[in-house]
Amino acid sequence: MRSAFMDELTRLARLDDRITLVTGDLGFGVVVKFSEEMPKQFVNAGVAEQHMTGLAAGLALSGKIALTYSIANFPVVRCLEQIRNDVCYHDANVKIVAVGGGMAYGSLGMTHHATEDLAIMRAMPNLVVVAPNDPVEAALATRAVIEHNGPCYLRLGRQGEQRVYDTPPDFVLGKAIRVREGKDLTIAVTGGLLQNALQAATQLANDGLTTRVLSMHTLKPFDRDAVIDAARDTNAVFTLEEHSIVGGLGGAVAETLLESDVRPRVFRRLGLPGEKFSSKVGDQDYLRREFGLDAESIANTIRTTLQ
Amino acid sequence: MSVSQLSPATTDLAALARRIRCHVLDMTKRAKSSHVGSSFSMAELLAVLYARTLRVDPTNTEWEDRDRFILSKGHGCAGLYAVLAERGFFPVEWLDTFYLNGSRLAGHATTTVPGVEISTGSLGHGLSVGTGMALAAKRDGRNHRVFVMLSDGECDEGSIWEPALFAPQHKLDNLVVIVDYNKIQSLGTVKEVMDLEPFADKWRAFRWNVREIDGHDLAQVEDALSSVPFERDRPSCIIAHTVKGKGVSFMEHQLLWHYRTPQGDEYDAALAELGGRP
Repeated sequence: MRSAFMDELTRLARLDDRITLVTGDLGFGVVVKFSEEMPKQFVNAGVAEQHMTGLAAGLALSGKIALTYSIANFPVVRCLEQIRNDVCYHDANVKIVAVGGGMAYGSLGMTHHATEDLAIMRAMPNLVVVAPNDPVEAALATRAVIEHNGPCYLRLGRQGEQRVYDTPPDFVLGKAIRVREGKDLTIAVTGGLLQNALQAATQLANDGLTTRVLSMHTLKPFDRDAVIDAARDTNAVFTLEEHSIVGGLGGAVAETLLESDVRPRVFRRLGLPGEKFSSKVGDQDYLRREFGLDAESIANTIRTTLQ
Repeated sequence: MSVSQLSPATTDLAALARRIRCHVLDMTKRAKSSHVGSSFSMAELLAVLYARTLRVDPTNTEWEDRDRFILSKGHGCAGLYAVLAERGFFPVEWLDTFYLNGSRLAGHATTTVPGVEISTGSLGHGLSVGTGMALAAKRDGRNHRVFVMLSDGECDEGSIWEPALFAPQHKLDNLVVIVDYNKIQSLGTVKEVMDLEPFADKWRAFRWNVREIDGHDLAQVEDALSSVPFERDRPSCIIAHTVKGKGVSFMEHQLLWHYRTPQGDEYDAALAELGGRP
């Protein structure tokens, strides 16, 4: 997703010199080409995320389209009040970009796991929250947030994820994408686990269960209709996210359904328990297996729950 | 350039500073609010900024080439609102609604008020935003300046020293920090709580060009503010030595007047010391 983002950003920045990339001294090998080609559209704020965010707000309030860029929690939690007061309150045209969403930086440990960011950012007024599911969505999301006049959070994965889409889907902020059709259950997924959801759906098909898979790439504004339709049509809704089950996609779906007149027979949030920090060490795939977020575990959890 | 002419009255800086203090006294009394001392300590600085220094147009707050002023010490907003009203950004009568239910004038500097560039209130935010504005101006080849007013206690925030490092690195000589160094912060004197000294040396060590002035001496304030940038390619820092509660003898140097609201006899006595209602 990282390359998809940088390629699309570079293309757009060549066309619009208001676009300014502000990094917190991260992006080795990623931002160098951009900075050399467009030095007047690049700023290294230093290892100083609060400053990076306030600076970006100042740039945006002077007419720039400013992007802050760092990894995992650094551009989000470290500088949360700058996001709230300087960016969101002023409706400043800042795009907060985090690479390494979820447990992408696996073995680097808990400081580098962004596993509460969606819940936190979803609570911010004025902020659009986007967590694309694969490199194709990442490129489309990059363009969409830059075209959106206002603050956005773009949560990316890492480098080298598989593409899920052969051809680019229709991508509109706040509109879910129905990636697979089914009538027995729905998996709503955000932030990079779409591939796993589709593989789980394939496994479930062997049991005679057909699965609707929804890419919920935008958590705010939230596509309530897609969720309500899924509950009505399939009567079983599972949310899937590489994130705490507290307050992220699972929370958004639960809020939506409980306030609607549709009650699915089954609703279950799949993600990290969120009660305590984990001290497990391993790469992203290992950690996903440990937390039941690999395709096999997802399929098993769904089978057990539906029995 | 379409800067409106100053009214003859506002050219009298001492009178303007006095009116700022009188407004602040009335506003805080009516609102039963606090931070009188924090507004009084910067009254001369605000008077010179808005009557002499800042290239602003009260009739066009979106003018792209205007100078930006950021009150990073947002709790001093009563003083800022007062000078903005005096300068014609909005009717003076609005000051009567300060802090009250349904008002546009919140208890910390807020952009719902014409002329307020940035909403502040949590300390340590304004300088980074100002640095972004200064960088944007440089890159766009614009000549406007950015002035950021800090409190001394605010300089305890680490987020002050991040932009303090950044601005000289990027040669932002269109950026001016003014520290209202009134020597008193929330729970005591600066010296007791978190001594900033050697304060000027700290900014110099961060590669700012620093000038120390008496922040109540109008000639010194005017001279400093008209001399920025003090040096090409360097940001300027004006450390204004001030007195918390300046202008009312029983408020001066008193921590209490960070919090206390002037009522009854205290209000009358304060108004009398300020020379009565303008």
